[in-house]
Amino acid sequence: MGAKIKQVEYYLPERILTNEELEKAYPEWSAAKLEKKVGIKQRHIAGPNETSLDLAINAATKILETEDKNLIDFVLFCTQSPEYLLPTSACLLQAKLGLRTEIGALDFNLGCSGYVYGLAIAKSMVNSGLCKNVLLVTGETYSKFIAEDDISNRSIFGDAGTATIVTYSEEDMLGEFVFGTDGKGAENLIVKGLTARNSYILQNNERPTLYMNGPEIFNFTIDTIPPLLQKVIAQNKLQVTDIDYFILHQANKYILEFLISEMCLDKNKCHIDMLNYGNTVSNTIPIALKDSLKQGRIKERDKVLLAGFGVGYSWGSTIITL
Amino acid sequence: MIDNFIALFADALEKEKSAVAINDEFRNYEEWDSLAVLSLIAMIKQNYNITIPRKDFDELNTVSDLFEYIQAHR
Repeated sequence: MGAKIKQVEYYLPERILTNEELEKAYPEWSAAKLEKKVGIKQRHIAGPNETSLDLAINAATKILETEDKNLIDFVLFCTQSPEYLLPTSACLLQAKLGLRTEIGALDFNLGCSGYVYGLAIAKSMVNSGLCKNVLLVTGETYSKFIAEDDISNRSIFGDAGTATIVTYSEEDMLGEFVFGTDGKGAENLIVKGLTARNSYILQNNERPTLYMNGPEIFNFTIDTIPPLLQKVIAQNKLQVTDIDYFILHQANKYILEFLISEMCLDKNKCHIDMLNYGNTVSNTIPIALKDSLKQGRIKERDKVLLAGFGVGYSWGSTIITL
Repeated sequence: MIDNFIALFADALEKEKSAVAINDEFRNYEEWDSLAVLSLIAMIKQNYNITIPRKDFDELNTVSDLFEYIQAHR
């Protein structure tokens, strides 16, 4: 008994914010330097009336063009920009997609590690016999939390939604998982506001604003990810040379290149492509999976290592067989 | 040893080695920006295998402060 990823789709909002536009708004900032070092040329930004739920629904709709929606028996929605404080966005998604009412649906609040956690939850539910077809969706619009004058974060983050079907399979194609959590890093990537700790009040038309302590996040990543990868490879009883492809959370090119060199990985086996998307948080891994499949960089039976890490701090990794 | 550090430091900031002096306050360099911070963190991790917490880093001002911090924490 096992579980596998059956299909992945993603959706990007229509509006594109280019480096040139950012450069016009911030003359001291260099678009060329950003593209060269951080590896981002443009990012998609949700419209004023477009939410994470909308992006997730658009991605899921693509999947339902070929999948029978009546076979879906559970919905997992990973987002940190939910439609409302309550009700649960996954419930709204069930209704908007016209899924059966005899199914379970829940949100979970994770960022860059979210997709890996979603796969772990889906796998457990399928392997335990609770479900047969889990719809795992991610949707994120950090852009709505970023201050107009915050060039660093505006240049890095993009919005997107993805949908994945995790289904029953004779052979277990989702391997062993390794997780990690360290809430001491909470303050280094945070959106405060309209929450219990802030008494649900924002003053003077303020918006909830994203704060990121980039150097600390970088420190966390370079200390945590190399051992995480070693551990997940060992836990799956594999050697690093058995891995056909590495899809790490596409935070930015600079971090990925550092990790690749630090771990002496073969650069040709490592996904680095956020040029047209930016860092789309929990969406980066499924987007990379879909693109790599489409572009033939990975094929059936390949072993692909996935690793998500960031806000929380939260991290997780697994090795899947396609 | 400091000579080697200055070479690595200059390289991380994409500066000429001759343009870096040990008493320079590196935040005043024209090249100083958020990416320069990451470059320095990466260089120090790769060459000295230490990560400097942000609160410590914020108190280091000169090239020599940085060098001494590394020596004390290796």
